[in-house]
Amino acid sequence: MISRDDVGDKAIEVRKLTRTFDDFPALRGIDLEVARGESLVIFGPNGAGKTTLIRVLSTIIRPSSGTVLIDGLNIKEHAEKARRLIGVVSHHPFLYANLSAYENLEFYGRLYDVPDLKTRIGEVTTLVGMTARLHDRVSTFSRGMQQRFAIARALLHRPQIMLLDEPETGLDQQAVALLWEVLRGEAAARRTVVMTTHNLERGLDLASRLLIMSRGKIVFEGGGKSLDLAGLKQAYQDVTAEAGCPQ
Amino acid sequence: MTFWRKVFAITWKDVLSEFRAREIITSVLVFTILVIIIFNFAFGERVEMVAVAPGMLWVTFTFAGVLSLNRSFILEKEDGCFEGLLVSPASRDVIYTGKMLASLVFLLVIEAIALPVFAFLFNLTVLTPEITAITLLATIGFVACGTLFSALATNTKARELVLPILFLPVVVPVIIGAVNASELALSGKSWGDMTGWLGILAAFDVVFLTVAYLVFDYVIEE
Repeated sequence: MISRDDVGDKAIEVRKLTRTFDDFPALRGIDLEVARGESLVIFGPNGAGKTTLIRVLSTIIRPSSGTVLIDGLNIKEHAEKARRLIGVVSHHPFLYANLSAYENLEFYGRLYDVPDLKTRIGEVTTLVGMTARLHDRVSTFSRGMQQRFAIARALLHRPQIMLLDEPETGLDQQAVALLWEVLRGEAAARRTVVMTTHNLERGLDLASRLLIMSRGKIVFEGGGKSLDLAGLKQAYQDVTAEAGCPQ
Repeated sequence: MTFWRKVFAITWKDVLSEFRAREIITSVLVFTILVIIIFNFAFGERVEMVAVAPGMLWVTFTFAGVLSLNRSFILEKEDGCFEGLLVSPASRDVIYTGKMLASLVFLLVIEAIALPVFAFLFNLTVLTPEITAITLLATIGFVACGTLFSALATNTKARELVLPILFLPVVVPVIIGAVNASELALSGKSWGDMTGWLGILAAFDVVFLTVAYLVFDYVIEE
């Protein structure tokens, strides 16, 4: 049993994590530690368990077994406290189409008890370069614009840990470039970032550590600077071929 | 205090969203008035209205309630926002109460418009304090139970079918209580005569709210 006193410099600690859906094991005994300020990028083919791992870490779904500590807080017992420390960006922007971007940010700000909310909304909106569209309805935004506001929403409460599940899905090149610029800023600010992506090049650029998952397990682990892009591609192909996964 | 601030944030978000989209109130209100008109054509003046009107009224409100509650969590899912609520530090109690209050507002608005139409078409005095109290108590029971089942149905494939199948058998005591209390009210009986049925409605409100608070966390779990 891991206690909060043992946490030290760990932002996230996962022990023997499993998650099954009906009889299908999506995660099979994951052990993982993420240090504070670390940028961990997780690669893997579809069905590897990346999204399930992010959903468990973000407390959307419960583990079937195992322990997950967020900043030393066991998510089974202290889920609400743990959620305050996390900002989540996923395929969905979590924005209400019939409300304006400002109304959406104001709503989430209230849920997170963000102090001086109006000023903070201005700050995060400026960060994602969307000040001009702040009072427009979300339904009028392109996917890229929605994802920029999704990042603003995730950063609104100044989370210690950012969890990102393929945040670049469906974005154009300009929006992807902005997303990565913001994420590099977050990494530079020593915020802990855990991200899943299929984009090996950009992921490698951001990662201080990288993992490859396959069939619910971590099958490769390395330092972000220990591989170049060719090496990462080779490692990715090797481990996924070994596991019999589609490339 | 924080609890209620977050609850009202969720309720206000739902009300504002509905005010802009008019997806629930408009469609359910049209349905409700159509059902009242159909009942009016079906029964006309051939039957003793006081005897059948309470049944007609609560069958209409029951179907309106099912339609309205069906949309409650589906809109969250369609916008992909439900996970946004789940990852926020708002407790599951806050989410349930906020969504329940929003559904209560929608249904009360629909009933407030439908009751005068019902009164006009059937030439009955339904706009009385007694009927208002019965409607309020029954509607609270409805949404307390319905919000729970709406959340449950959202995670199923045939969600529009699942909600009435699960919800209606459970909410039958509220419908029986509302029909009987309404019949007494329309017959001109005093508050004292209705105490028993009003007590039953209030008791079911408390039971449904308590059970919903206890199990909502497990209901929304995937």
